Amino acid sequence: MEKTLSALPSLLSLEPGAKLAAASRLGALVRGITELASKQKQMRECLVRLIYCEMLGYEASFGYIHAIKLAQQGSLMEKRVGYLAVSLFLNESHQLLLLLVNTVLKDLQSTNLLEVCMALTVASQLFPPEMIPAVLPLVEEKLQHSKEIIRRKAVLALHKFYLIAPNQVQHIHDKFRKALCDRDPGVMAASLHIYLLLIKENPDGYKDLTGSFVTILKQVVGGKLAVDFNYHSVPAPWLQIQLLRILRLLGKDDPVTSEQMYDVLDESLRRAEINHNITYAILFECIQTVYTVHPKADLMEKAATCNGKFILSPKNNLKYLGLKALTYVIQQDLNLVLQHQMTIIECLDHSDPIIKRVTLELLYRITNAQNVTVIVQKLLEYLRESKDEYVTISLVGKVAELAEKYAPNNEWFVQTMNAVFAVGGDMIPSDIPSNFLRLLAEGFDDEVEDKQLRLYAVNSYLALLEKDQVQYPQRFLQVMSWVLGEYSYLKTETKPEDIIEKLHCLLGKCSVSSETKAWILSAITKLFRLTLNVKVLPEVLQSYGNSMDSCLRQCSFELKQLVENREIMNTVLPLDASCDDIVVDASLSFLDGFVAEALGHGAAPYKPHHQRQEEKLSQEKVLNFEPYGLAFVTSPQASSVTGRQSPAGLSIGSEISCNSTEAGIKDSNSLKLDGVKKVWGKEGYLRKRESKVEALASLGSESETTTDTSSKTERTATVSEEEQEKQQLASSLFVGLGSNNLVSLMGKPQSSTQKVWRKSKIVEGQNGHEKAMNAQKTIVPHPPQIPNLMDNVGERCSLFQESKAMPLRKTSSDSAEVPTEQPAQGYDRSWTPSNNLKTIKAMPSASKEPFSGLFADGNFDIIQPANCRSAFEAHDQISGLAPSLPEEFAQHAHSKLELLCANENIALFSCKIWKEDCLLIPLFITNRSSVEVHNATVNFALTDELQTSESTDFPFPVVQSQTTVKCHLCLQMVNPCTQVLLTGHLTYQLESSHCTQEEFTLILFLIDFIRPLKLTTEEFGHLWLSLSNDVKQNLSFAPNAPEALSSALHTLQKELKLHIVDIIGTEGIIACQLLPSTPCLLHCRFHGGILSVWLRSPCSVLPDCMLYECQKVMQNVQL
Amino acid sequence: MFLSLKSLIGNTGESNTVLLRGKMQFMLLFSRQGKLRLQKWYVPLSDKEKKKITRELVQTVLARKPKMCSFLEWRDLKIVYKRYASLYFCCAIEDQDNELITLEIIHRYVELLDKYFGSVCELDIIFNFEKAYFILDEFLLGGEVQETSKKNVLKAIEQADLLQEEAETPRSVLEEIGLT
Repeated sequence: MEKTLSALPSLLSLEPGAKLAAASRLGALVRGITELASKQKQMRECLVRLIYCEMLGYEASFGYIHAIKLAQQGSLMEKRVGYLAVSLFLNESHQLLLLLVNTVLKDLQSTNLLEVCMALTVASQLFPPEMIPAVLPLVEEKLQHSKEIIRRKAVLALHKFYLIAPNQVQHIHDKFRKALCDRDPGVMAASLHIYLLLIKENPDGYKDLTGSFVTILKQVVGGKLAVDFNYHSVPAPWLQIQLLRILRLLGKDDPVTSEQMYDVLDESLRRAEINHNITYAILFECIQTVYTVHPKADLMEKAATCNGKFILSPKNNLKYLGLKALTYVIQQDLNLVLQHQMTIIECLDHSDPIIKRVTLELLYRITNAQNVTVIVQKLLEYLRESKDEYVTISLVGKVAELAEKYAPNNEWFVQTMNAVFAVGGDMIPSDIPSNFLRLLAEGFDDEVEDKQLRLYAVNSYLALLEKDQVQYPQRFLQVMSWVLGEYSYLKTETKPEDIIEKLHCLLGKCSVSSETKAWILSAITKLFRLTLNVKVLPEVLQSYGNSMDSCLRQCSFELKQLVENREIMNTVLPLDASCDDIVVDASLSFLDGFVAEALGHGAAPYKPHHQRQEEKLSQEKVLNFEPYGLAFVTSPQASSVTGRQSPAGLSIGSEISCNSTEAGIKDSNSLKLDGVKKVWGKEGYLRKRESKVEALASLGSESETTTDTSSKTERTATVSEEEQEKQQLASSLFVGLGSNNLVSLMGKPQSSTQKVWRKSKIVEGQNGHEKAMNAQKTIVPHPPQIPNLMDNVGERCSLFQESKAMPLRKTSSDSAEVPTEQPAQGYDRSWTPSNNLKTIKAMPSASKEPFSGLFADGNFDIIQPANCRSAFEAHDQISGLAPSLPEEFAQHAHSKLELLCANENIALFSCKIWKEDCLLIPLFITNRSSVEVHNATVNFALTDELQTSESTDFPFPVVQSQTTVKCHLCLQMVNPCTQVLLTGHLTYQLESSHCTQEEFTLILFLIDFIRPLKLTTEEFGHLWLSLSNDVKQNLSFAPNAPEALSSALHTLQKELKLHIVDIIGTEGIIACQLLPSTPCLLHCRFHGGILSVWLRSPCSVLPDCMLYECQKVMQNVQL
Repeated sequence: MFLSLKSLIGNTGESNTVLLRGKMQFMLLFSRQGKLRLQKWYVPLSDKEKKKITRELVQTVLARKPKMCSFLEWRDLKIVYKRYASLYFCCAIEDQDNELITLEIIHRYVELLDKYFGSVCELDIIFNFEKAYFILDEFLLGGEVQETSKKNVLKAIEQADLLQEEAETPRSVLEEIGLT
């Protein structure tokens, strides 16, 4: 084994053919490493080689432990290599990293500068988040170190800690400020990394620093920094860019703050004259900042000129950046695009695909009803050439969005969507086909036009299927078969048998997946209602009646039964009724007899999947303590025998792709509106469809605006043919963008020409909801899988009559008995909006309920969105109308009613009610106007952290003048975090005018979701042992009195709503739980003025968060 | 905007709950023959993914023509690359980031290598690649620019290198040097 680095090349020159040699060398290395474990210098070289081997692609994990060892035991040089190897080999989640903690700890305390440097360097690259408390005090200490390099690295290590565990670093914000004011520019620059993060999360908290940032930038731009920091004679460009980014975040939507930075932005734009990449990089940031902060006309003009330099540059890099900047800039100023239209046209045919791509992105953002055909055509052209999956997915979505929004006519729409399906292939996201089908199914207000559209779609698909040898993507085939099954009846000239024949051919192809086959089979089923000719039927039944795929088998059984019984066929599959409501007996009550019989024969009761899963998991642990098992509350379909759910308002749907039925039920339970909101844009509310757009093909007849805007280009007297072509393209692309009919970004519809392709659901209030919900479901041919219980049922034909009630879309006799008993059960079981729409008469004054002592520090904050500035000014006037908390709520601990948002028509009040099992957010909507408010809908947008078992939408069809209505939301926190924003919006209509939208925000804190957990000491002990995630921290605590512990614990109990289980001597145990049911146990020990807290919980994040809360409380106590 | 790498880091355990911020994702150095010379990952990825990414990127970048843009879109990331003699320097950033400044980061790194090795060539990096890593760590830390002053970076490296020459001397003496 060679001992010097010079031996490396021989190792490197390994040819693929010499694989054996490589393996044996690796083997030698393995042996070498084990032998040399004591000889550190040689070990160092081995490790260096190992790094190289890993880079070449060989497995090197056997050496990881030696890297850690070397970092721990080696002298300085070895340590350096050891740390390097660790940082290259391991990542944050690697288990071996824990072994490094002690080494880092030791080196941080070292008197040797280099060791400290190394420890800080490795800590700012990777560190196990749960061990941060161990090193944090040492790192903090280093912020005061005399050497700037140590201070700088300490700041960066804190930056890293903030990234991986923000809660741990929250208490040292003051020290960040000190770093910002550091006399060394390097340390200051490093602190900007942290500030960028902090400000990104909470721009409002740091507005006071704007002045400092501006001053720093001024000094940097003015060249006040040491020449060292110059880069190609530009002063500290990285620093400048970082500052510009921070200023951008601070100045956004804030005229006052923006005012402070105009000067320095102007200066930056002026200074950047040298023709070098670095100045362009700064300019690019500058342009973005100028266009993001509160607008100032002359600055924007200057920035626009700068951007022109980019776009016109012959260098591709600059051109690319210029176009990219343009995509940001057009949100403010559409005219800029017009200035550069010829360049944009040229870039459309650029040889470099990335420039093409960014140009298309630009075009996508300037699309309106007039240029949509041209732009979509360009996008599709690019799509056909591109092979990249990511590009395809994103572009396909964009084309579908544009087509739905701006389609000029039916033919174009169907053709475009066909192209999308064909090009997108199977990469296409599933929401595109489902949206398309929903559009077809729901149609518009115009019956004739709907028919035309559907008929056109049917025709085009028949034509496509005519071509034999072409293979279509699965999703496209699914769309085709659904449309053919549903709407073939519109095409009277073709016989249904022919279509069935075509679909049958398709079924036979091996390229068709079984999911698609299920779609086709259900389409065939639907087609059989149009004909009595059952020629192909036996063939279909024969091939799929015995299929291995239970889904296909079920489909063919249904087909058989339905064809035999025409009466049922007509009730189950009525024509053109895909949007009608269906009621399904979700509880499968008709199976009760069967289940009872099975149970009678000694079968085990059914357990849902998650329950089985949980049981399995808990068996793996040593102890199973389930006293807090509230987890099943949210699963309505628990067991069909014990937990019978009423089917009120609940019908079964399933995802378009064969999801399990369980998922399907969940979907219908919680009204999946997030997807919907995205699709049904604002335009949907307007419903303007006065005139249709003239075909855009005739480019000659340019509208006035076009001639106006393209006049510049037409000035050239003689234009070559090619030029002319380009100009034509330009005029068709940039039509409608002129300044006199300025379209806002994303082409808010020009009311006169815009045909609205999507309509709103919310606008119709509750009805709209249901319709939307059902439409979403009924696109699906059948829920393709039968729930577990029914698996064996399906095979027995005698029982089949019963089982079909479930998979088939029907309202037939089988389940008729169930719906009748709905209302009674429905009310107490599941919360229906209408139930809670009790209108309360306005009360003369806000009630001054005794404010809960627990929350006396009023941690009920209100963020005021920019658009309701006047809310607080109006507060005095409205308070006369302010509602009071009803008795049922007032009995719980609650905060004061606060105004969320208000305008002259409507006011929104809320508060927090800390119920035992949830955080209840009641919402009072007061109509302050003199007329009725229609279709008011409150919609909460829940983040991942929160959950509710109910709907997040509360529609109110009518709110009488001068009255208040209320609704409430029960929240639980699934992912712990110290604070979370609950946002929502209220939409409503006054008389018949447009919908108005008001947004509101509530800050919810972790402690809003913390409840005491009543345990005995013994239970505590058991639970403590069964929990694995723990965090330990010392809190300094001044008074060293004997009662100090109990007073501290009682403070914690009071502030955080904990339950003190026991206090024994200098130790205390406390328990609490995070709603819904995550326990968190605290063990406190008081010793010599220090309170050491040890937290455990089954959830890994909760102890951190709780620790942070405890720290806050203890700090407040000391103050 | 921070979700971009989520798709990549599917299986790295709990750490993927950490939001990724607009920083550099990784840096690769490879030769014209497609041989990897240096790799630095600032996001946690599994070895398999690293290999896959490297393979794909090397292919894509080598296929680019000389006059083309130095930027390219790859998955949901932006790749910024530049060729110096026989070596390609290649960085991945997020979509919102500034491509030009990344290009200058590459250039500054090359300048640092050049100053340290004295007109650097590919062989310098092959034979002293741990030095190249040390310089990189002094310049970029955790994907963020740590120190932009050329002088300061090299000072830090040279200080540490001093020790290598006296590596054989006993440790107590080393500590004396470190203290100064």
